[in-house]
Amino acid sequence: MATAAPPVQKTTIPFWRDTRILAVLFQVLFVIIVVGVLWFFYTTMMAGLRQANLLPSFAFLSQPASFSIGESVIAYDPSNTYGYALLIGVLNTIRVAVAGVILATIIGIMLGISRLSENWLLRNVATVYVEIVRNVPLLLQLFMWLALTQTFPRQQDSISIFGLIYLHNRGVTMAWPETGSDFGAWVPWLWLGLLAGIAFYVVRRIQFARRDRPGVAMPQAFLLAGAVVTIGYLFVGLTKGEWPLTLSVPELERFNFVGGIGLTPGFAALLIGLVIYTSVFIGEIVRSGIQAVNKGQREAARALGLTPGQTLRLVIFPQALRIMIPPMTSQYLNLTKNSSLAVAVGYPDLFSIAGTTLNQTGQTVPVIMMVMAAYLTVSLVTSLFMNWYNKRIQLVER
Amino acid sequence: MKRQLLIVLVGALAMILAACGGQTPQAPASPAPADTSAPAAPADTSAPAQPEATEAPPATTAPPAGGVTEQPTAGGRIQTILTRGELICGVNQVLPGFGNVDSAGEFSGFDVDFCRAVAAALFDDPTAVQFRPLTAQERFTAVQTGEVDVLIRNTTWTLTRDGSVGLDFGPVTFYDGQGMMVRIDSGIETLEDMEGATICVQSGTTTELNLADNFRAIGVNFTPQVFEDADQTAAAYDAGQCDGFTTDKSGLVSYQTKLAVPADHKILDVTMSKEPLGPSVLQGDAQWADAINWIVLATIQAEEFGITSENIGDFLTSDNPDIRRFLGVEGELGQGVGLPNDFAARIISSVGNYEEIYNQNLGPETPFNLPRGQNALYTDGGLLYSPPFR
Repeated sequence: MATAAPPVQKTTIPFWRDTRILAVLFQVLFVIIVVGVLWFFYTTMMAGLRQANLLPSFAFLSQPASFSIGESVIAYDPSNTYGYALLIGVLNTIRVAVAGVILATIIGIMLGISRLSENWLLRNVATVYVEIVRNVPLLLQLFMWLALTQTFPRQQDSISIFGLIYLHNRGVTMAWPETGSDFGAWVPWLWLGLLAGIAFYVVRRIQFARRDRPGVAMPQAFLLAGAVVTIGYLFVGLTKGEWPLTLSVPELERFNFVGGIGLTPGFAALLIGLVIYTSVFIGEIVRSGIQAVNKGQREAARALGLTPGQTLRLVIFPQALRIMIPPMTSQYLNLTKNSSLAVAVGYPDLFSIAGTTLNQTGQTVPVIMMVMAAYLTVSLVTSLFMNWYNKRIQLVER
Repeated sequence: MKRQLLIVLVGALAMILAACGGQTPQAPASPAPADTSAPAAPADTSAPAQPEATEAPPATTAPPAGGVTEQPTAGGRIQTILTRGELICGVNQVLPGFGNVDSAGEFSGFDVDFCRAVAAALFDDPTAVQFRPLTAQERFTAVQTGEVDVLIRNTTWTLTRDGSVGLDFGPVTFYDGQGMMVRIDSGIETLEDMEGATICVQSGTTTELNLADNFRAIGVNFTPQVFEDADQTAAAYDAGQCDGFTTDKSGLVSYQTKLAVPADHKILDVTMSKEPLGPSVLQGDAQWADAINWIVLATIQAEEFGITSENIGDFLTSDNPDIRRFLGVEGELGQGVGLPNDFAARIISSVGNYEEIYNQNLGPETPFNLPRGQNALYTDGGLLYSPPFR
């Protein structure tokens, strides 16, 4: 600037009127201000923490947590560390997020299609459903689902469905396969089935490519793999005299059901709440995606003699998908982040466990930072995957 | 081109404004070094007063630099409250008897009355207090960030909380112990009977930790059902989602009155832990911590003297020098801890002594009818004991 200022000749304009210089100048200024404000916040925070003798430290992560967690994907004990407890929280969050995303997508697609149905009843039921659900706050809905779980009978008088599924106010308990002592003998068969399926698929694909004709290989591959695995199951069962996989039927002991698999009311309430809430938004995205496809496409497909179902499946939906993916990604991220409301319904997700941790250790800042980093990571991974998928299904221009 | 320039200029204006905004916080930041030197004088003047408050020496053994920066805030909290004109007190709002909001929206309870006592001591007005309802999980962050001046929310005094959580605890206002409530028809008599049971517990409490410790010690497996909200914890237990409900015994007595059929439940005859409940403030403000200490102790001392809100008029004219000093009729006791000299008289006349506070909230005329037990004066075989006011 110093060099720019002196050669003030009548042809050059002064630097304070030169937009090129000003643009750079303001950008630099902006960065300085942002950094300054952040630095100010940081120093204020550190000064406050130092005064209260609360300097952030991550040392607590290796100390025993000594609180219990109601449900976990992997084994957990109060003697495990805080770090491990937080990992349980991450896994619990991922568990509800993955299940939620899958269910919400399925229900959402059905909703979106129903909204455009020719059937008056279906269309209007879907509309009413959408308008009710998306206009009630999620937290309220979660409370409602939790309250609903409490109205189920006590375990002693559970609603039994064929003695395999029990509904009660502590959730759902159902029969579930359990590995027997001869499970190891069956494992090679599983691998064999998988390999057979893949080999069959690859061979068929090569055949199709040689003949330059389209064809379907996936269903047969699955059938083949299933057949191999079933034969293995029967073989192991008959030769060893014990089935490698048996059904574990829940039985009520003094306080709780033992055996089978259980869904706690907290998990159920959270999952149902998230799925119902998010599916409505996904339904609207699906509807708008379908409506955005040119009318001519549908007419052309019908003119070719495709049924309405085929039109939707083979012509409309693949095109609508391209429009739907980006907003869909946001909904998946919303669902994941909304799962932090779990603490309200007693499900030990990441936020709930982090809350306990920061409360017991007093390390508010590090714990909150870790929680933010964990949500950010999960969200970014989801985002990356969806972007990759989005790119893959984009129209390939030739 | 012209429009671009306009945008740039508008941006510049915005940034200049932002810069001003950025500088204003910096303005106090730059006098800060001056600030630390200026209060050095007030710090010295208050120094003679400090040794009277018995805990001052360990506080000042901290590195001198830290000590100096602490001093301005030491005077700060009380000053902040006085300037604000009201006390902000972190309380419970769902625990009848200790901290509860009634149908008229009024806070009441044992802990709430101690908040009023602090307000009375500072402002001579027990209503000059803003109650900030907090969940168990929020409470420490609220103190750490200075959102509340003092936390009086059935909070157990533990070493971790006094140390790494960054609180300073006042004297114990209520000696409690953790208990377990179960249904009578469940046939549970001891904790050992609870193998495989589901137990409702509130998150962020010492009870959550004690529960795990106790059951680990006796080798009994259980499933915790953890809620953030105390009311929800009780509701889940009431609905039968849990076999047991654990919290402090006083809390259990309180919640039992809220259950659908209180007579169907009983509190097991086991005490799982020591739970001394008391007020707490943010660490690093010795004067404010001292003030809270002596406000609580004043209620205990008043009971020992037999001074109540009704007969305090008689005592103000007493000849007993202990009582005259205590009530601030003579001497300058209050000043040493940053309070007015008649702070004890203010507390007693507007809120009452410990016995009055206890009886009004937990005593025989309330639904809880909790016996004093350990919470009686030391002269009656309890644990309440106030150091001398002199």
